[in-house]
Amino acid sequence: MLSRVANSLYWMSRYIERADNTSRIVDVNLQLLLDHRNMNSQQFSEHWLPIIEATGDSAAFWKLKDVATAETVTDYLVFEPKNTNSLVSSISQARENARMVRDQLTVDIWEELNRLYLYLHSQKAREDWETSPFDFLHQVKASSLTLQGLTDATIPHNEGWLFLQAGKFLERGDMTSRILDVRHGTLPERGVPATVSQVDALAWASVLHSCSAWDAYKSIHGAEVHPRLVAEFLLLSDNFPRSVKFCVERLNRSLRRISGVSDGRFCNDSEKLAGRLVAQLQFGTIDEVFQLLGLHQYIDALQIQLIDIGNALFNAYIFQPFQNLEAEILVQQEEQQQQGLQRSPAA
Amino acid sequence: MLSAYDPSGYFDEMSPQTGSFRKPYETFAQRFQQITRDDFDDRRRAVDTAFLRQGITFNVYGDSAGTEKIFPFDLMPRIISAKEWEYLERGLIQRITALNLFLHDIYHEQRILKDGVVPSYFVLSAKHFRREFVNFSVPKDIYIHICGSDLIRGGDGQWMVLEDNGRCPSGVSYVLENRRAMKRTFPAMFESVGVRPVDQYPQELLKMLQHIAPGGVADPTVVLLTPGAYNSAYFEHTYLAREMGIEIVEGRDLVVRNARVYMRTTKGLQPVHVIYRRVDDDFIDPTVFRRDSMLGVPGLVHAYRSGNVSLANSIGTGIADDKVMYYFVPKMIKYYLDQDPIIPNVPTYLASEEADRKYMLENLDKLVVKAANESGGYGMLMGPMASKAEREGFRGAIEKDPRNYIGQPMINLSTHPTHVGGGHFEPRHIDFRPYILYGEKTVIIPGGLTRVALTKGSLVVNSSQGGGSKDTWVLYGDE
Repeated sequence: MLSRVANSLYWMSRYIERADNTSRIVDVNLQLLLDHRNMNSQQFSEHWLPIIEATGDSAAFWKLKDVATAETVTDYLVFEPKNTNSLVSSISQARENARMVRDQLTVDIWEELNRLYLYLHSQKAREDWETSPFDFLHQVKASSLTLQGLTDATIPHNEGWLFLQAGKFLERGDMTSRILDVRHGTLPERGVPATVSQVDALAWASVLHSCSAWDAYKSIHGAEVHPRLVAEFLLLSDNFPRSVKFCVERLNRSLRRISGVSDGRFCNDSEKLAGRLVAQLQFGTIDEVFQLLGLHQYIDALQIQLIDIGNALFNAYIFQPFQNLEAEILVQQEEQQQQGLQRSPAA
Repeated sequence: MLSAYDPSGYFDEMSPQTGSFRKPYETFAQRFQQITRDDFDDRRRAVDTAFLRQGITFNVYGDSAGTEKIFPFDLMPRIISAKEWEYLERGLIQRITALNLFLHDIYHEQRILKDGVVPSYFVLSAKHFRREFVNFSVPKDIYIHICGSDLIRGGDGQWMVLEDNGRCPSGVSYVLENRRAMKRTFPAMFESVGVRPVDQYPQELLKMLQHIAPGGVADPTVVLLTPGAYNSAYFEHTYLAREMGIEIVEGRDLVVRNARVYMRTTKGLQPVHVIYRRVDDDFIDPTVFRRDSMLGVPGLVHAYRSGNVSLANSIGTGIADDKVMYYFVPKMIKYYLDQDPIIPNVPTYLASEEADRKYMLENLDKLVVKAANESGGYGMLMGPMASKAEREGFRGAIEKDPRNYIGQPMINLSTHPTHVGGGHFEPRHIDFRPYILYGEKTVIIPGGLTRVALTKGSLVVNSSQGGGSKDTWVLYGDE
């Protein structure tokens, strides 16, 4: 498949996943705030700023907004066109990538993504957001799930599909780690807190909700919310489909199916790095995470590892040498001249 | 809904006068009467929504918001009888045959120039004449593989050729999508009226492209080369590539090594044998033509000249689109085929001829003046509608560069009932673009793009300037 096409499929998939996660984060935190009627502006900032940090960087936010309130923050995360990670920007970029590879997608996928894009840019979307942000976000999530379902059910599970998978799981693993990092302010630098206040427990519960992990978590640990258990679940769960470990395993599997190289071996850096990260998550323990580096540091390192895998994937399959037009023109001229010489040895 | 339709004073395709219908429209009109205005309006809205949702749109240049518009679609079809179609087909085949002979000739022996039928000066001064390709033999000796000639009908109903598009004619995807929309909207109508299908176009196109593959390649790889997602016809490019089941590539996806073309894939470089290119000559190879082109492939022309890759259309066909060459097409038909043109040209004046220029300059308020190498309704003066300043602007341009201007009388294009809202129909001017494939044999899909000027009284049908389109039904019968 064309490298450019693989690239577009990969990014389309990443952006859809990003939008999906952003809508979950906004949804959960808006709901959480309903429980805290008497927050002052300082507390509001403290609540929202880590979320902005998790989805991008706060410097960009302060360039556009004066205060961090539910309104400014959610507007920034959902609609702001200058925020390249906002929900609307993500869907626009997903669609732009889809447009470049329309011939690779089924009509159903394209139409659903295009419908979502048109909806997000319509007056109706703003109205729905004003009347009920939850209904609005629900629509986005439903659409994203429809797209995932269509991807699995309507296109052949060939190389293109594997790039879609790789993009989705890399992005999802990354987003889960970011969401998990949101409440690191309630933790000591290393180790776990001895007691968890009710407010903190609610905040950690919202982390689970943001990853749609609440029900799954509860079925294992009951209603007791402790950061250690939350982190263990979201990082290391074997079978929860949004845990970092689960995502990296799927990513690794997709990479190996693209190249056809078996586990335990590798033919490019993306496979080596993914394999190494799988091992780290497979054999690491949560106590190590908290004791050795502390959760925040651990997640920082994890995100760099994920970025490295993304870069290595790009270098292996997508990066194209001779991209420099001027250089390529010279190559051609040289080649043609040499052939001219070969043809006329008398010259 | 049609019984009260009041045709214009012009030639109306459907109704010579209120209440009467031409033969090809009779069955349709009968059936159509049974649809209520409300019902019609509902169906129309459903179609518009579907087009937007499917992204059947074109990009508007110069609009930074990246606006995509749907090409307005009018649900009232244009109908052509079998007999009339047979006439058009003969005329178009004659014309493309002559054009291909002409292109071969001017890039080889130049007999037509030596015999003085076409003055050499016009050819050698043409903007799109590619000197580099003189004495180069194109694969299978075909220059224009895909042609979209624009046809119109004047006041007396006579068909005429308005211009030839021998480079990268676009619009065929709308023909196919319009037909799909019509089938969804009026399913029952097709059988009773007897409409010939158009959806074989992509297969015919692919067959033609495979036909021109370099010799000795058993299973040629065909690709479509697009300028990219920001091109106004990008939708069409993806559409055709998907329908043919071939890769759509951009310049940066291709690379030339040892005079062979390859595409960059996740599994390395893979050979390419035929390129259906939707990129103009000027941009196709920065080592030969425009050096600033980011759309092309360095070395592509070298590979083409080495016979390792075929292009459709060939390089150098742009000269057939030159409006001065258009003037000579009837003479070419006579010269190469010893026939009279079946479909006539619009009467044309050449500004470079003394007498013609004089006439043009004296009658700027009556004529349509066109620049020789512009398209899409740009570089054109509609004399009777233009302001004095616009006319004076063209006067200066003609005097300064007479080679590049022609004049034509203002033709009152035929009209067609067109929906204007609320289930009401009014006459609007239309033209017609059929699509001709010139491969092992010449194939014209029975149908084409009928473009309609949606503004009352307007004669400009271009999509960039407020035009819309209609489905075109070629019938199995009805004379």
